[in-house]
Amino acid sequence: MVHTKKISLVAAILAGALAFSMSARAQDHAHATPTPERQSWTFGGPFGGFDKGQLQRGFKVYREVCANCHSLSRIAFRTLAEEGGPGFSESQVKALAAEYKVKDGPDDKGEMFERPGRASDRFPAPFPNPEAARAALGAAPPDMSVLAKARSYSRGFPLFLVDPLIQYQEHGVDYIYALLNGYTNKSDQNWNAYFPGNKIGMAKPLSDGQVEYTDGAPATVQQYAKDVSAFLMWTAEPALEKRKKTGFRVMIFLILFAGLLYFTKKKVWAGVAH
Amino acid sequence: MSGPSTYVPSSAIGRWFESRLPIMGLMHGSFVAYPVPRNLNYFWTFGGILSFMLGAQIITGIILAMHYTPHVDYAFGSVEHIMRDVNWGWFIRYTHANGASMFFVAVYIHMLRGLYYGSYKAPREVLWILGVIIYLLMMATGFMGYVLPWGQMSFWGATVITNLFSAIPLVGDAITTWLWGGYSVDNPTLNRFFSLHYLLPFMIAGVVILHVWALHVVGQNNPAGVEVKNIERDTLPFTPYATVKDAFGLVCFLIFYAWFIFYAPNYLGHADNYIEANPLVTPSHIVPEWYYLPFYAILRAIPSKLGGVVAMFGAIVILAFLPWLDTSRVKSAKFRPVYRVFFWAFVLACVGLGYLGSQPPEGGFVIAARLLTIYYFGFFLVIMPLLGLFETPKPVPASIADAVLAKNGAAAQAHS
Repeated sequence: MVHTKKISLVAAILAGALAFSMSARAQDHAHATPTPERQSWTFGGPFGGFDKGQLQRGFKVYREVCANCHSLSRIAFRTLAEEGGPGFSESQVKALAAEYKVKDGPDDKGEMFERPGRASDRFPAPFPNPEAARAALGAAPPDMSVLAKARSYSRGFPLFLVDPLIQYQEHGVDYIYALLNGYTNKSDQNWNAYFPGNKIGMAKPLSDGQVEYTDGAPATVQQYAKDVSAFLMWTAEPALEKRKKTGFRVMIFLILFAGLLYFTKKKVWAGVAH
Repeated sequence: MSGPSTYVPSSAIGRWFESRLPIMGLMHGSFVAYPVPRNLNYFWTFGGILSFMLGAQIITGIILAMHYTPHVDYAFGSVEHIMRDVNWGWFIRYTHANGASMFFVAVYIHMLRGLYYGSYKAPREVLWILGVIIYLLMMATGFMGYVLPWGQMSFWGATVITNLFSAIPLVGDAITTWLWGGYSVDNPTLNRFFSLHYLLPFMIAGVVILHVWALHVVGQNNPAGVEVKNIERDTLPFTPYATVKDAFGLVCFLIFYAWFIFYAPNYLGHADNYIEANPLVTPSHIVPEWYYLPFYAILRAIPSKLGGVVAMFGAIVILAFLPWLDTSRVKSAKFRPVYRVFFWAFVLACVGLGYLGSQPPEGGFVIAARLLTIYYFGFFLVIMPLLGLFETPKPVPASIADAVLAKNGAAAQAHS
């Protein structure tokens, strides 16, 4: 009897605490921005990998649109030809890098000079420093190298506990995709449904037909957004494919090893009372 | 507990060496012949798992330190360099970053096992206190490690936590300036955190040796909570029995660990830490890593800064006094039906505090955190001392062998 009383007291305290936090959550949500919709990506799940065509299209969108304001300073040209990426050939990358002007020096006279880019260079930034970007644009656009991992959204309880089990790891790309499609107020180019406070510094960057696709993919904002989001996932996590492939092998090994150890343990302990 | 060494070197060189430095005999006595209670369950494999995790963290950490640059201008970039340009760098870094979380998963299970089975009670008080010291060192190490990538959460987490010291009356501000090496978290702070982050794991290793030494003097506790009375009847030799069981437990734990490394490597981190530290932009919610969240909730539950700091550190230090706060004569919760209920409520309260620690400190969250903080301290300061006096425990088996017999007898009955 005494036990049940104590149990119910403890349960009541815990339930009360939970109820309080729940009501606080509900208030919190009323003012929040909508939750980005979960998209299907080729790189999701345990066997996911990048779609080379999509990465190449996404790179084109980056070059022609994003790169006017956003830097990609941690990415070297050579990685565009590396395994698990957009799959450009080395000569393509060399030619591409040469189109950029890279500041180098000092030379033997002590002068800085500009030269054509090499595959080993990193993408030059559109502004010499964040202050210059701020002076020109009003706010410094974030570097895009790891942007897909630097953005996320809250899935809330209990979904956040389910995410690691179902390997949902694409919160960042889903947010970027939603944001690029979130300019739904026709009269205000800086209104975005998914941006906290709805007022975003970046005016609607993409419009239909803006970037020419040569592989037959539709030239729509949705397709551009999808492709450039995928490209940003690759820049943020270039080893994603290798990681997942290695992971599968490691899992197989560990599960077999655990199985062998289980039967060994059973055999060793079979003869003794425990 | 270990008894006289039964180790006999088989070779002439072995005998020559053993008579000069009996280290092989020590190893043999500690990890081969060492008597282990025969009724241990899988919760007792976490000591081995924790040793493995310490080793894994030290090895991956040494490799990371070869490629990392502890400077405010280069730290963030050097981590991306590891992720992109260093062979298998992404694997080493994800193993290390998730390894910290796994280390804490294992240590929390290990500590709760001790709390459930009364492993802190006589004669294991020193063993337990050494464990609390290891836990404190782990927290310091983990905190400083999270600062090193120099992302937004690194910087602002470091700012919030080091600022806590300014709550100390009179000397607080001076201590904080001294910790920072300046007037804010900056390059000197990052440099010393890197230095200490490299040092502390070796201090942990030292205390782990003491922890294992103390364990081998008093012997392991066990689910029945009764001491070994007859080595022949109550125990089994460490090898092969505990070795193979620990190995199986470890590999199962590695499956869990590998799942995070390969399939959800950033799940346990915060997205803001992929934004380079910027002293001019404060994140909307500053949250520490998940393993500090219950203490962070306690800190913010108290309406005064000094009070919050005292409560937060008190919540950890109080663990060291457990051997004397618990007045029960019975160790294992198996035979303490009322304690068991309060124990599980305590586990729920810690999980609840963890959740509240991740939420903004406003409205109902604060009230809930206060209630759970009261329960956290009430559990140690009121329930534990009083329960030992008022609770009627169930009959305890006379020996480990009797406990095993009773269990097997019940199983036999259930089968027939």
